[in-house]
Amino acid sequence: MAEDQVIIGLEVHCQLDTKSKLFCGCSTDYRDDGANTHVCPVCLGLPGAMPVLNRRAIEYAMRVAKALNCGVREEAEFSRKNYFYPDLDKAYQITQYDKPLAEGGYLEIESDEGGERKILLTRIHVEEDPGRLVHMGNNERGKYSLVDYNRAGIPLIEIVSEPDMRSPKEARKFLNKLRATLEYLSVFDSEKEGSLRVDANISIRGSERVEVKNITSYKGVEKALTFEIARQKNLIRRGQRVVRETRHFLEAQGSTQASRSKEQEHDYRYFPEPDLRPLHVRSWVDDIILPELPDARRERFIAQYGCSLNHARTLTGELKLANFFEEVVACDPRGLSMLASTWIADTLLGELNYRGMSLDLVDPESVTKLAGLLRNKTITDKSGVEVLRVMLDLRMQGEPAQAPSAIVARLNLGMTKGETGAIASAITEAINENPKALEDYRSGKAGALNFLVGQVMKKTRGRADPVELNRMLAEVLQERGV
Amino acid sequence: MGYHEIRFEPDDRYNAFLTTCTRASHGDGRLAGVAVAVKDNISTQGIETTCASKILKGYVPPYDAHAVGLLKQAGAAIVGKTNMDEFGMGTTTENSAFGPTLNPSDTGRVPGGSSGGSAAAIAAGMVPLALGTDTGGSIRCPAAFCGIVGLKPTYGRVSRYGLIAYANSLEQIGPMGKTVSDVSSLMQVIAGYDRRDSTSRERPYAHTPSKEIKGLRIGIPEEYFGPGVDPGVTRVVRAAIGRLEELGATTKSCAIPSMDYALAAYYVTCTCEASSNLARFDGVRYGPAAETKKSWHDAYQDVRRAGFGLEVRRRIMLGTFALSSGYYGKYYAKAQVARENVKKDFAKIFSGVDVIAGPTMPTIAFRLGEKSDPLPMYLSDILTVPANLAGIPAISVPCGRSEGMPVGLQIMGRPFEDERVIDVAYAYEQAVN
Repeated sequence: MAEDQVIIGLEVHCQLDTKSKLFCGCSTDYRDDGANTHVCPVCLGLPGAMPVLNRRAIEYAMRVAKALNCGVREEAEFSRKNYFYPDLDKAYQITQYDKPLAEGGYLEIESDEGGERKILLTRIHVEEDPGRLVHMGNNERGKYSLVDYNRAGIPLIEIVSEPDMRSPKEARKFLNKLRATLEYLSVFDSEKEGSLRVDANISIRGSERVEVKNITSYKGVEKALTFEIARQKNLIRRGQRVVRETRHFLEAQGSTQASRSKEQEHDYRYFPEPDLRPLHVRSWVDDIILPELPDARRERFIAQYGCSLNHARTLTGELKLANFFEEVVACDPRGLSMLASTWIADTLLGELNYRGMSLDLVDPESVTKLAGLLRNKTITDKSGVEVLRVMLDLRMQGEPAQAPSAIVARLNLGMTKGETGAIASAITEAINENPKALEDYRSGKAGALNFLVGQVMKKTRGRADPVELNRMLAEVLQERGV
Repeated sequence: MGYHEIRFEPDDRYNAFLTTCTRASHGDGRLAGVAVAVKDNISTQGIETTCASKILKGYVPPYDAHAVGLLKQAGAAIVGKTNMDEFGMGTTTENSAFGPTLNPSDTGRVPGGSSGGSAAAIAAGMVPLALGTDTGGSIRCPAAFCGIVGLKPTYGRVSRYGLIAYANSLEQIGPMGKTVSDVSSLMQVIAGYDRRDSTSRERPYAHTPSKEIKGLRIGIPEEYFGPGVDPGVTRVVRAAIGRLEELGATTKSCAIPSMDYALAAYYVTCTCEASSNLARFDGVRYGPAAETKKSWHDAYQDVRRAGFGLEVRRRIMLGTFALSSGYYGKYYAKAQVARENVKKDFAKIFSGVDVIAGPTMPTIAFRLGEKSDPLPMYLSDILTVPANLAGIPAISVPCGRSEGMPVGLQIMGRPFEDERVIDVAYAYEQAVN
C-alpha cells in the first residue's frame, strides 16, 4: 500500500420521505410554507409533550437495512443526545446510540479499477432532524437569528460506513449508489432541498483523522474531500502533523475550515429515552419484500435490452432515468433499446447537464418518436442532436412542445435520401475549396478524408446519409485519380 | 353537553394555590360541577402553568394534559393550579418560587411535597379532589403530612402526556382526596391508555372500593420500622396494621435488602433525567425571554441562572455530572441495576403476600425551615421511593396522629393491582370511621 493512501469513511444523513414527522403527526411537506407552520407541542418541545414513534419511519429504515444487507438488532433503543443549541427545542435530540436499529451490511460500488467493490457499513440508526436557524441582519444593524422549527422532528436515518473508501471519486460513487438504492426503495427523495447531509472522516494512512461536517450536496462531497486530502498531504510533505479535529466545509469557497474548539468539546451525555419503549422489530425483516434494486435492474437492462455495461450503469443509476428509459422503449423494445440507451445515457444526459435542466421536463414519448426517426433513417445522427436541442430549448423556454417530425420538417432536416445531386455538388465544392486537403489525401494523410466528409456534412447541414456520402466521395476521389 | 359555571373564591390562607379560577366552567358527567385542583406541573390549556418556577412564569399551555382533558370530559371544574416544590424537586413545598404552602393542621409546619398545594387544598376543605404527581413520594408524603388520601398509580396506568417532566421513568399523575372513595372515583376518570404517552398501558380502572379483606396477606418489611423511623409514627402505624389483622388479614415479616441502594438509585436516576428534561428552559420559546443583545450561549446562562431555584440547579448539576463522559457506568448504569434489584425484591415478596404495609413517611410533618440541608430532606424519601423505582401502586391513607400531626399508612401492591391497595385502604378507613 502506498504510504500516502487516503482513507475515507462517511456518515450520511438522509431524510426519510414519510408523510408525518418521526414523533408527531405534523406534515413533513414544509418546504413551500412559512416558518413555524408545521409544528405542534411535540415537535416544538413544549413542556409536557411526549414523543410517539412513527411506525412508517421504522418500516422505511428497515427496508434500507434489508437492502444494504445489515443485521437488525433484536432490541433497539432510542437515546437522548443532550446539547444546547437554539434550533434544538428540547435541548436533546432523540437518536440511537449504543443500540442502533441495524448494524453491519455493505453497499457495492464500481471500483476505480473497474469491477465491483464492497464498501462495508458500520450501522444504520434513526433520529430526528433539528430545526433550522435563519441568520438575519448585518454588521451595522446588528446580526440576529430566527428559528424555524418546521424541520424539527423530520425522520432521518444515519448510515455510517467503515473507513473503506480510497478516493473522493469512490466516495462520490458510494453516495450516488446509496441515493439510487434509497430511491428505488421509495423511502427518500433526493430532490428535496437539504434531504441529504454528509459528514466525512478523512485521513492519510499513518496520520490523524479529520472530520469534515456540513457537506450538503453530492458534488460537495468530492470537492470537500479533494480539498481536505490536498491540505493534509501538504502538511505531511512539509513535515507538519495533521491535527485530529472537526472542520467545516465551506461550499462557496470549496474549502474546509477548523471549527471553534468549543464546538468540539461536546459531551452529549447519552442515556436511554425514558418516554419511548425499546424497539423489537427484527421479525419485520421477513415481511419486507424488496423492490428491484439498482444492481438487479442494471443486469436486467443488459440482458433484456442489450445495453452495454456502462450504459446500463448510467441508466439504472437513477430511478427516474431508468423508468424514463423503459418508458421510451416500451412500445418497441427490440427496435429501440440499443439506439435509445446510447441516446439517453450519452446524448440526452449531456444536453440536460449542459442546460442544468431536469429530466422531469422531458416527455418520454417525444424521445420515443425521435428514436423512431433515427431508426428509420429519416434523419442522421447529427440532425437528431439538433432536433433534440430544439426540443429541450422549447421546453426550457416554456414554449409549446413540437413533435420531432414537425421540427425536422420546419428546419428541413430530413436526410438527403436519393438527393445525390445535392451531395455530389457539395462534394465538388468541398474539393475545389480545399485543394490542400486533396494534396494531403494524396500524400496519405488519413485525417484529410475525415476533413472532407466534415466539409460536405456542413454544406448539407448534416442531412447527408453518411453511408451514401462516403460512397460518393470515394467515387469522386477515384475519378480524380487519387 | 351542558355548560355550567361554578364560583371558586377560597380563603387560601395556606398558599395552596398559585392560580385560582374564580369562575370555573364545567360540563356534565360523573364529576359534574366537582371542583378539582390541579398541581401546577400539569398542563392546562389557557391556564398559566409554572411548575412553581420563575423560569415558566407567564407560560400558558396551548393544550391540556391527557388527565386534565379526561377531567373536563367527566364534567369536573378545574378551579386552580396548586403550589409545589419547583418542578417537583422537594419534600416540603418550600422550594416554590412563589412561597411555601403551610400545613393546615399546623401552619408552623410544612404540608410535605412536592404536591403540597394539592394536599393542603383538600385538607383545608377548599376542594374535595386534586391531581398530584409522584416521582419519589410527592403524592403520598403530603397526603400523610396533611391527613388526606393519595394514590401513586402503577407506572403506565395514567397518561403522563402534558405532565411537565421531572423524572419520566419514575413519575405518575395520581388522585388525591379526603377519602379513599374520592380517590377511587378520581382514578376512574384519569386512568387508561393514551396513545400520546408511549409508556401508558391499556389498563383502565373501573373499580368500586370493597372493604372485604379477609384472608389478605400483608408483608411488613423490617426496613420500614428500622432506625430513622420516628417511634411515634411506628406506634401509630403498627396499631393501624393491627386493625387490618382484626379485619381478617394476616401479616408476615419480610425484607427488602435492596433498600440500602434505593435512595441512591432514585437520586441518580431522577437527577440525570431532570438535567435533560429541564435543559429546554432557555427563554427562546416560552417563559421570560433571553437578553438578546448577548450571544445565545451567554443568554441561556443568564436566563437559567435567574430562572431556576437553588434546589433545581443543584439537581441539574448532579444529573449533568452523573451522565458525563466516563461517569455513566459508575452512576446511571449502576442505578439501573439497583433499580432492577428493587423490582426483583418486590416480585419475590409479592409471591408470598398480597400487599406490603408500613409508614408513608418516617416522621410527622417537618417544621418550616427544618430541612434546610438537602441531605436530611433526601433521606426522608426512603420509604416512598421504592414504589417509584419498581413502578408499583402505593397509597397513603390517614391512620391516626402523633404529636397531634397526621400519620399516613402506606399500602403497596403488585403492578396493576391499584384496585387492591385501594381496597385495603378503604377497609382501614371504613373500620376506623
